[in-house]
Amino acid sequence: MTKKNQLTKESGLSRRSFLKGVGLTSAGLAVTSGGEIFAEASGDASVKIISPGGATITLEVNGKKHQLKVEPRETLVEVLRDRLHLTGTKIGCDRGACGACTVIVDGKNVTSCLMLAIDAEGKSIETIEGLEKEGELHPVQKSFIEYDALQCGFCTPGMIMSSKNLLDHNPSPNLADVKHAVRGNLCRCGTYPKVFQAVLAASKQNKGE
Amino acid sequence: MTKDVRIQVGVADNLQEMALKVPKNDPRPWDGNDQLKYIGGRTTRLDGVAKVTGAAKYTFDMRLPGMLYGKFARSPYPAAVVKSIDYSKALKAPGVKAVLPMQEKLPFSVRFVGQEVAGVAAKTLNQAEEAAKLIEIEYEVKNFTVKLDDAMKENAPLVWDVQVKEEASAGDIPGQENTLPQVGNIRGPNVSARNATKEEIDSLVNASYVTSEGVYRTQVQTHSAMETHGVVAKWDDDKHLTVWASTQSTFRTRKDFAERFELPEANVRVITEHMGGGFGAKFGADTFGVMAAKLSKVTQAPVFFMLDRKEEHWAGGNRPSSLQNVRLGANKEGKLEAIKMLCHGSAGIGTGSGTGNPFKNLYPCEKLYVEESDVFTNAGMGRAFRAPGHPQGIFALEQGMDDLAYQLGLDPLEIRRRNTSHEVRLKEYEIGAKKFGWSQRNPKVAADSGPIKRGVGMANSVWYYFYGTGFPATIQVNSDGSVEIMNGVQDIGTGIRTVLAMIVAEELGLDISEVKVKIGDSDLGAGPASGGSQTTGGITPAVRKAAYLAKQKMREVAAPLFGVSPEQIGFENGRAHVLGDPSTSLGWQQVASRIPGGQFKVVAERKKDYFGNQFQIICGVQFAEVEVDTQTGVVKVKRVVAVHDCGRPMNRLTLESQINGGIIQGVSYALFENRLLDRNTGHMVNPNLEQYKIAGSMDIPEIDSTVIDVFKGHNSTSAMGIGEPATVPTAGAIANAIYHATGARIYDLPMTPDKILAALA
Ligand code: FES
Ligand code: FES
Repeated sequence: MTKKNQLTKESGLSRRSFLKGVGLTSAGLAVTSGGEIFAEASGDASVKIISPGGATITLEVNGKKHQLKVEPRETLVEVLRDRLHLTGTKIGCDRGACGACTVIVDGKNVTSCLMLAIDAEGKSIETIEGLEKEGELHPVQKSFIEYDALQCGFCTPGMIMSSKNLLDHNPSPNLADVKHAVRGNLCRCGTYPKVFQAVLAASKQNKGE
Repeated sequence: MTKDVRIQVGVADNLQEMALKVPKNDPRPWDGNDQLKYIGGRTTRLDGVAKVTGAAKYTFDMRLPGMLYGKFARSPYPAAVVKSIDYSKALKAPGVKAVLPMQEKLPFSVRFVGQEVAGVAAKTLNQAEEAAKLIEIEYEVKNFTVKLDDAMKENAPLVWDVQVKEEASAGDIPGQENTLPQVGNIRGPNVSARNATKEEIDSLVNASYVTSEGVYRTQVQTHSAMETHGVVAKWDDDKHLTVWASTQSTFRTRKDFAERFELPEANVRVITEHMGGGFGAKFGADTFGVMAAKLSKVTQAPVFFMLDRKEEHWAGGNRPSSLQNVRLGANKEGKLEAIKMLCHGSAGIGTGSGTGNPFKNLYPCEKLYVEESDVFTNAGMGRAFRAPGHPQGIFALEQGMDDLAYQLGLDPLEIRRRNTSHEVRLKEYEIGAKKFGWSQRNPKVAADSGPIKRGVGMANSVWYYFYGTGFPATIQVNSDGSVEIMNGVQDIGTGIRTVLAMIVAEELGLDISEVKVKIGDSDLGAGPASGGSQTTGGITPAVRKAAYLAKQKMREVAAPLFGVSPEQIGFENGRAHVLGDPSTSLGWQQVASRIPGGQFKVVAERKKDYFGNQFQIICGVQFAEVEVDTQTGVVKVKRVVAVHDCGRPMNRLTLESQINGGIIQGVSYALFENRLLDRNTGHMVNPNLEQYKIAGSMDIPEIDSTVIDVFKGHNSTSAMGIGEPATVPTAGAIANAIYHATGARIYDLPMTPDKILAALA
């Protein structure tokens, strides 16, 4: 039996091709090549049409505005890492399963591999690089070091963002709250017990206990 | 030239004096009486700030000017011959710079889904991915086999039609490579016998007062490091290659690249500043490394080549499966009299599935017969995975021991006590049992009346101390007093970077913040591979010796300043003083400013231990408490008490983290993880992190770990490793706890709800 190239028949849905599909079909129109179009589709002013050549958007990351041209299919994590050189945010699975790419968007945890960059426009994005303020580490960062809540450190930025967001919304979490807050963050090195300790300690510090 | 020293050796506070001859310019080995400032304490990671701020650059984060992205076209067939490859469409795709075949000569065979066929380099990752799909590959598809039991059958499709040679990596136990017969898909058996032949062993077991028999199965587990495998390769010119690699051995990887590209090793530089975990799967240049370097050569641009998660599961290595036939015989007192174990396991197209070591090394048993065979299947190659063979073997052996204990009406801990005389092990039992509250356990099995049943169990760890020699540690002291320690060793997350600084600070009487560590670069001299738990034991004696030599030099510089001889100078708290007279002192920097020429460098090599290469066991025991929901079959591990040893502990803070990690990986292995291959297509059905289940925050037991100090005086630091030992017993302990809770023995990993319910039915 001889078969030609069946690589595209791999099992499983590739998240990227799925997103690509969404990116284009939701625009709902054939698009011109190369150029950049912002048009109003059939009377619905809320629908923005973007060509595959890309659109210029403004992203607010860690309080700073960046204007850049992105393709509709580009994910937020790709743009953060490859365009803005904010490589602190990691990719572990690229499909929403590991939390390595966790950032905070308008106060919510977001797996940035599942958000298109164009959808992040107009939102406030916080990444690991933005936690340090005037040379002072965030209490959660300090606590992660003190309690050794990291080993290889690859999951750490995502783990810290989830933890920080927990404390933003709940300054006095209990152990169950902490476990719940980082349940989407996988750590293959198995540092969880110290993550729990570190976050609980940071919350106490926050309150000056 | 040697000198005589007397040191205190022993376990914890049970010390004895030992006389020892050590080389004249060696420091006196740290012993059980030494009160040290850093060593044995808790020091936070030197790279902590870099890692919590996102500043730490992993290979995955490398962005070089003009960098291209590499991607493989991989076989969608588990067995096929690649007849032709047509690159024309791919070459025309946007951004594509080069396309190359994996093997120069056509046709070539592929033996698992995901095997590399051709590589492409393009300007962006998306473009590379798109282009890889456009490479047209003509396959002649063959019959295949992906299940262990099927592959063992006589008429099974042959995975290999050639004799396979075992290739061991730095993560494997040294000296285990072997040449074995190969019939069909079965390679082996590798036979180990102690005072019994295959014919005799059964009757010996049968003649025992009590016997335990079981057929145990363990699954394939993928390493699933959070940072996938990969490199960035860059040719500096025609003859010089620099590779940023997510590797567990900068040095071996350099050697591998040098061999494959026929370069002097000196022309290859491998850099691993930080890496996102490895667990035994990341050694050498690997397929993507070779392809990256080839693509880089033809495009004259740096090439970034990292696997994605699916590729990682397919081709990034795994812990082989096992099928273990175990027969144990013991006398009335519970003493083991005969052990028989026959195992088959599949490392896919690779070798190394044996689980015999725990059987051979955990309990002294006069009569033993072990056979280990690899079964080839059309699946990605197994690789060393945190204590190769051991979690599998312990899962079987320690359930067997438990079974013997229950049959004899003995406490499971008591039967272990009766089968060991190892001082460290016995001490660990004592500490662990006390912390766990073992004596309060209900000796009855399945004693809880409700649907949720609690149970406790325990299992032993067994691992070995080994190390390599020759690693050079270099220390440079500069005129401003700054101190640099340099070696090529990589920190895969264990915290070796910090341990190096601790040792230097300790020896030189400096604050740790004054020691700068340069590691993770093959240009800094060979360091041990981070595999087999040998990093700390391998490198620390060389580092301490280098620090000691630096101290001698600084003594020489300081002596004239005090008008005494060098031997009279001591260093403490960042100052030099005359020994016995701390009243007048000079700052370290003041002394350093007098270094002739403004700096000096000393190099010390890792030498053989004082006692040569003695076989030493690293022990360890874990106790587990579980809750089994007998209505749903869900198992929750509530608590694990672990007691381990690793010689003299260096940094207890990071050591604890490693133990936590070992236990948590063990829980994950015991209950969740399972690489599933579709028998009809050979494809992995869960090549991701949502269906390939890994323990997460909601699955973590309460962990209480203790490390006991073992001072052996075998070298100047007495350090040994903990990475492997900590994960060895966990699955076995959990299985025993499930039995205690429910009265059902689970012979098959992972112990998922369906298996629990079936066993209870
Ligand atoms: S990379 Fe986004 S969740 Fe894994
Ligand atoms: S620290 Fe390595 S994955 Fe979490």
